Amino acid sequence: MTRLGFVIANLGRRKTRTILTLLSIVTAFLLFGLLQAVNVLFSAGADFVGATRLVTQARVSFTQPLPMRLLPQIESVSGVDQVMWAQWFGGVWQESTQLIVFATDPGRLEAVYPEFVMPADQWRAFRETRTSMIAGRALADQYGWKIGQKLPIGSNIFPQKDGSKSWTFDLVGVFDGKDEEWQRNTNLAYVNFAYFDEANQFGSGRAGTFTIKLADPDRAAEVALAIDTMFENSPDETKTQTERDFNIGFFKQIGDIGLIVRWILFAVFFTLLLVVGNTIAQSVRERIPELAILKTLGFSDGAVLGFVLAEAAALCVIGGIAGLGLATLAGTMVGGGNLPIAVDHRVWTAGLAAIVLLALAVGLLPALRASRLTIVDALAGR
Amino acid sequence: MLKQTIAMTALGLRSVPERWGPSLVIIVGLAGVVAVFTALLAMAEGFRSTLESAGRADVALVLRGGSSAELNSGLSRDQGEIIKQAPGVLTGPDGRPLASAEMIVIAELFKTGEQTGSNITVRGVEPAAFALRPQLRIVEGRGFQPGLRELIVGKGITGQFQGVAIGETLRMRGSDWTVVGSFQSGDAYESELWTDVEVAQTTFNRRGYSSVRLALDGAAGLQTVTDGLAADPRVNVDVETEQQYYSGQTRQFRATIGILAGVVTAIMALGATFAALNTMYAAVGARTREIATLRALGFGGTPVVLSVMIESLLLALAGGVVGAVLAFVLFNNMAVSTLGSNFTQVVFRFAVTPELVQRGLVIALAIGMVGGLLPAVRAARLPVTAALRAA
Amino acid sequence: MSEAMIRVRDVHKSYVRGRQQVEVLHGLTLDIPNGDFVALMGPSGSGKTTLLNLVGGLDRPTSGQIEVAGVRIDQLGSGQLARWRARNVGFVFQFYNLMPVLTAERNVELPLLLTGLSAAQRRKSVAVALEVVGLTDRARHKPKELSGGQEQRVAIARALVSDPTVLICDEPTGDLDRRTADEILGLLQVLNREHGKTIVMVTHDPKAAEFARRTLHLEKGQLLEQAA
Repeated sequence: MTRLGFVIANLGRRKTRTILTLLSIVTAFLLFGLLQAVNVLFSAGADFVGATRLVTQARVSFTQPLPMRLLPQIESVSGVDQVMWAQWFGGVWQESTQLIVFATDPGRLEAVYPEFVMPADQWRAFRETRTSMIAGRALADQYGWKIGQKLPIGSNIFPQKDGSKSWTFDLVGVFDGKDEEWQRNTNLAYVNFAYFDEANQFGSGRAGTFTIKLADPDRAAEVALAIDTMFENSPDETKTQTERDFNIGFFKQIGDIGLIVRWILFAVFFTLLLVVGNTIAQSVRERIPELAILKTLGFSDGAVLGFVLAEAAALCVIGGIAGLGLATLAGTMVGGGNLPIAVDHRVWTAGLAAIVLLALAVGLLPALRASRLTIVDALAGR
Repeated sequence: MLKQTIAMTALGLRSVPERWGPSLVIIVGLAGVVAVFTALLAMAEGFRSTLESAGRADVALVLRGGSSAELNSGLSRDQGEIIKQAPGVLTGPDGRPLASAEMIVIAELFKTGEQTGSNITVRGVEPAAFALRPQLRIVEGRGFQPGLRELIVGKGITGQFQGVAIGETLRMRGSDWTVVGSFQSGDAYESELWTDVEVAQTTFNRRGYSSVRLALDGAAGLQTVTDGLAADPRVNVDVETEQQYYSGQTRQFRATIGILAGVVTAIMALGATFAALNTMYAAVGARTREIATLRALGFGGTPVVLSVMIESLLLALAGGVVGAVLAFVLFNNMAVSTLGSNFTQVVFRFAVTPELVQRGLVIALAIGMVGGLLPAVRAARLPVTAALRAA
Repeated sequence: MSEAMIRVRDVHKSYVRGRQQVEVLHGLTLDIPNGDFVALMGPSGSGKTTLLNLVGGLDRPTSGQIEVAGVRIDQLGSGQLARWRARNVGFVFQFYNLMPVLTAERNVELPLLLTGLSAAQRRKSVAVALEVVGLTDRARHKPKELSGGQEQRVAIARALVSDPTVLICDEPTGDLDRRTADEILGLLQVLNREHGKTIVMVTHDPKAAEFARRTLHLEKGQLLEQAA
């Protein structure tokens, strides 16, 4: 037996209690993992896109499309490498499931988004097929789409020339992300802009937003300013910002998800603190004579403190890691698709920090109490 | 048996203060569950009531066919007139159809202390718009004057955004607008800026409308309007009551919040059940000798079970009430905003309704029931002699 | 018998109980030679357990000197005292005080966790100690599965395992029937005679005291004249 063995043996003293406490911790950390993943998605979810690209939108709202004629002017700005445009298609699958679908120019998409990887022949098919469409891996998997299928995609904005809002596209490619983060963000699709522009009833020339690949990312602020200045006081005033800020701005408008998540987590942890803290305190209360015997045998105050703290830590660590593990599992099951959450290293880092804090918070007071016991009083039951 | 149960329950409850630690666990645990559950659903409820009270059953909303939201819709001036003349529409005091053709534009406002702007709906309306929304009244300043670049501001916006106080000038797309009044309606319109549609059309260089609202003539009005417009080849529109429209707008949000509340509450409830079990096992453990003594004196097993269950339920109820009160105090009437269907902000308030509180308490009691049952059975099954020797 | 193993010089001990200060020992002086087996008797409140706690290093005197095996334990800090106890003293209590979650052999092994012994060495020492108390066949049982006498044997093995010079026994047979008590006392006698342990034992039971080499009587914190 080792000291650790002794700690573990003590956890087995009241099995029901230990197991129930462990399960409470597991559920708390399951919730922690999932909510933290949502939090990461909304607060830091835009981080990975970096600042290598700019998005130019109509000054007031990205729902207001910018005209195509701005393109040559934007391209002429110094520091701009490539420009892509994307029009929100308002995609609808089957009855009413909304999809993220943009109409864009295939060649420019490939140039501006090297993070999306797809075989060269599929890129070529996307460029050369009139009614082409490509879908992200996550989206294609979710609906079981296969290359070569004709997909009926509705639009809740754009009717075709005949007034019908049901469109049909040929799925010619499925793209993936270059890394895990980008793979998680493949729940969208692109359709060929040329076909869309020519076939929709409202006529051509609406570009939506422009996405700009910079020659030098360090000049982002300067280029953005140059573009916005160029269109100032024109009927098409623009707002140019980094792709990251664009995403953050969008998430912000959905609401303060972070605030809600923090409130829930606060409630969960306050409760947990009490549940586990009470268990540890109770188990110390019950074992005062035993703790006194340990001291009698020659274990120091510090050693006794260590035993109690280790017990608290063992509960928190076992329960916490199991909970985070379950969250990871649940995350991979529900993640992707419309809710690209993942219980990744950031969530785990936060989770492990929470475990340490929890262990200290629930273990320290009982441990101090145990370490301060005087042997004579404790043995006499005082 | 009733007497026995009462006696045992009283004994148990009297010892609760001595076991305040574990008892508190059950109370706080359930307070947490109920507070989170109530608060989340209060948010969904607030959003729903804000949007749905904006919609009336006797007003039809006409949008371009298939456009599902006002922002996506577009109707020409001529189409607007045709729609207003549809059969089944009430006639106003001026002898013209009681209808308002409206146009929405999006403006950018800044929340107090924030750098990134939020999108707000600016609604250009015709005079009949006010008759179609009797719930709306000007509470400060005055109404806008037709023909001038004047705005009135919803109460929801004045609370959350800067630059919209009466007398201030708002710059939108190169034009200046004066805020002349603020209005209250208790619904989604409170998150909008209103102005004269004609002025908005000329200023923003837009010819058409986004939607037309029609006062329906009686219960059959909707059908008459729908049929009448469907038969007209000059227009391709969707007609539904305003109520149906707004109810549809909230469906997705309510579903999302519903799922969130469901998942979070389910997991928390599971955790709280474990905590409750722990508490009640501890309670039974602490009372082993007492219970055994009573059993030895001739008390039956059923009163033991009942008394433990009653204690558990009472503690759970206390926790539930604390949670509901907490949710009410912290969140009721708290104003928040989210993105509505036009990609603009909708300001709404949390609504902690009696029905939500009731559901929260039911959950608390259910957990208390489960948490008490197993320990109660264990208590009743304790062999009297062994229990007397132990503890 | 050789030189004094335990020297107690003019020891006073007082406690604060509620608002009152109570002096339990009033200037007690006592020598216990190496290899002695002393029974301490006296009525409740006479200070015998207090004296035992002081000699075992569980508590410190208010004034006076206590020397055990050449170490002035009244001058040690609580950490030093803990280390000293681990090496020099074994304790046996009336209610055994075993760890309920550990098996007999692990209970015995517990004090060895404070030494630098390897796992193999620890196993060996545990086996020897259990053999001395005659419980080798019960090594894997938990306290709940043992009789009172067996539990006390495990406790004695635990006291012995680190090979201390002094055994401190507080009413070791107080909770046992006559026959079992005699077995335990016989065991202590063997430890004293064959293994040379110095034993100080508090007891109420005159029959138990007969197993000791001599009996000291305490009354009101004073040592009465020694009986033969």
